[in-house]
Amino acid sequence: MTSATTLPEAAPTRRVRLEALRRGVTPYLLSIAGFGWLGFFFVIPLVSGLLVSLMTGNPDQGYVLTWNWSVYADLFTGPTPYWLYLVRSLTYGLSATAFTIILAFPVAYFIAFRVSARWKTTLLALVMVTFFVSFIIRTDMWFYLLGGNGPITRVLVHLHVLDHGQTFLSTPGSVIGGMVYNDFAFMVLPIYVAMERIDPRLHEASNDLFGNRANTFFRVTVPLTRSGVFSGILLVLIDTVGDPVNSSILGGKETYTIGQAIQNAYFTTQQYNVAAALSTLLMAILGIILFLYARVVGTENIEDLI
Amino acid sequence: MSEAPPPSSSEAAISLRGVSRRFGDAIAVNNLELDLAQGEFFALLGPSGCGKTTTLRMVGGFELPSTGRIYLDGTDVTALPSHKRDVNTVFQSYALFPHLTVAENVIYGLRRRGTAKKEAFTRAEEYLELVGLTGFGKRRPTQLSGGQQQRVALARALVNHPKVLLLDEPMGALDAQIRKTMQTELKRIQREVGITFLYVTHDQAEAMSMADRLAVMNKGRMEDIGTPARVYDHPSTAFVASFLGSCNVLPLGTEGGPTTLPDGSATLVEGATAPATSGWSLGVRPERVNLAEAGTVSGPNATTATITDVTYLGAVSEVHLETAWGTPVQVLQQRGDAGLLVPGRQVAMSWKADECFWLPPENETPTTQEDAA
Repeated sequence: MTSATTLPEAAPTRRVRLEALRRGVTPYLLSIAGFGWLGFFFVIPLVSGLLVSLMTGNPDQGYVLTWNWSVYADLFTGPTPYWLYLVRSLTYGLSATAFTIILAFPVAYFIAFRVSARWKTTLLALVMVTFFVSFIIRTDMWFYLLGGNGPITRVLVHLHVLDHGQTFLSTPGSVIGGMVYNDFAFMVLPIYVAMERIDPRLHEASNDLFGNRANTFFRVTVPLTRSGVFSGILLVLIDTVGDPVNSSILGGKETYTIGQAIQNAYFTTQQYNVAAALSTLLMAILGIILFLYARVVGTENIEDLI
Repeated sequence: MSEAPPPSSSEAAISLRGVSRRFGDAIAVNNLELDLAQGEFFALLGPSGCGKTTTLRMVGGFELPSTGRIYLDGTDVTALPSHKRDVNTVFQSYALFPHLTVAENVIYGLRRRGTAKKEAFTRAEEYLELVGLTGFGKRRPTQLSGGQQQRVALARALVNHPKVLLLDEPMGALDAQIRKTMQTELKRIQREVGITFLYVTHDQAEAMSMADRLAVMNKGRMEDIGTPARVYDHPSTAFVASFLGSCNVLPLGTEGGPTTLPDGSATLVEGATAPATSGWSLGVRPERVNLAEAGTVSGPNATTATITDVTYLGAVSEVHLETAWGTPVQVLQQRGDAGLLVPGRQVAMSWKADECFWLPPENETPTTQEDAA
């Protein structure tokens, strides 16, 4: 190396090496912004949430960090039945996720495989068009539709399906229905993207190898769409399990969820440590569920899921 | 020219009867008649867009013919969906299932037909051995090279013992070196399993080296069909002549009779009926033309030309000439007479009557292609 610097070729060599270094480093420099964003807005709140949950105090005197781990045990022994809200939220979230998969899969399949290229964009835009209206307003419209004076209730009362004064509101059905409606696109889009990536020759290969439509669907299309379903589950399950909006607008006392409990602890009773502990617990549970799902459905190869 | 007679439709592995396929106004395949003998290696050759892949897809059941019928072993399968046809395909991009292992890919067809899992895996291992991939069963297709993926695709199709194996430009994605090995390999495998192969390609060397018989397609029509040697030595149209290697096409009939060259020299083709109308041409391969001192050669199939360029290629010399009436001619000379091959020199060029062929006018398709031999 040292002898090389004395040679006349040394200068270009060093320039080449600098250039190589520059090219090697640039992608990392560019990704700093993204990682910085993640670190600042994701990791820090996560850690601070955990720290807040370990504080003690009250809204008047303020909270200090006392490493009070017992707050987690108290969630299950205290007077408020947080475990019930948690189980309820998980049930609602899991049901809503299951329903979105059942509803979204055929829609995605139709758009990906059965529609000509010029209609795909239109149909995808239709799937996403609900995003143009605020989530709260949309849910409020459902409240109107399902409410005592809403068209749906009136028709059903008229048909004697519902008794007078009875509505679908305040039932698990209305809450789950709202969740499915609000998160539908989050399931359609990733499944559609996964299907769009399937080489149409694979369907032909399956037919060629004596696979009928059902074989081809269950042995080729479904396994190759797994990654999209996984992404959809990720988006919908996390969103619905922690969601306080559908249950507070469309639900009632009997459908009180963990999301509402967190909101209440934070804004109304100002038990910041309890709110933070519930959030952390919810996150841990969702993390475990998704990890187990990935292990069961998936595979040694994580790339199959992403 | 010992040509095997075309198989009669009752014993043919595949028969196409008047098969056409239209896409809107475009005619991709035009009135195709084709019979493949049992155990034959048949190549369908042509430039891209000539309809060869569409033909293959119709035999495979991926495309319905607009008119005509397709028979497999004498049974009409025209309307049968591909999963009910006893035909398997090696796709151009291989189309291996990425979510399955190599062995799972190979057993896919057997399992759909009800073979027990254990037996299917045993047979998969046999066929992986046949294609030289012993022990690769547990890998994923993405972990294999292009050549290995192609072998998997071949095993996956052959393991089902189809009546006919369809191959859609299977060498297209391979580099030249592997392609050469695969050609020999494919021929060996075909001989070993004895299954009829229908091989679609645009590579004439590939088709000539592997096929027992080949057909040349152009613009949806079949222009010629026969053994590689016959089609090369006596192509039935100018298109076939120039698609299979290079060919000198000399105009006929502008002076004198319909078989006379523009400078008045007579031409003669052995074993062929002389054209009665004008507009025909004479074809002769560059390696079949002899060059000699001007004035030393007489008789039919001889004329004079001027050398314009000489390129020494080692084994042969490529000589470019121009005839008296201005047609460029290319000649490959094996024994280069250095004194003779000088640019600007006028030489006598001649060829044998059994090594040239009459070519019909461009827009006229001969009705009996097989008779051209």
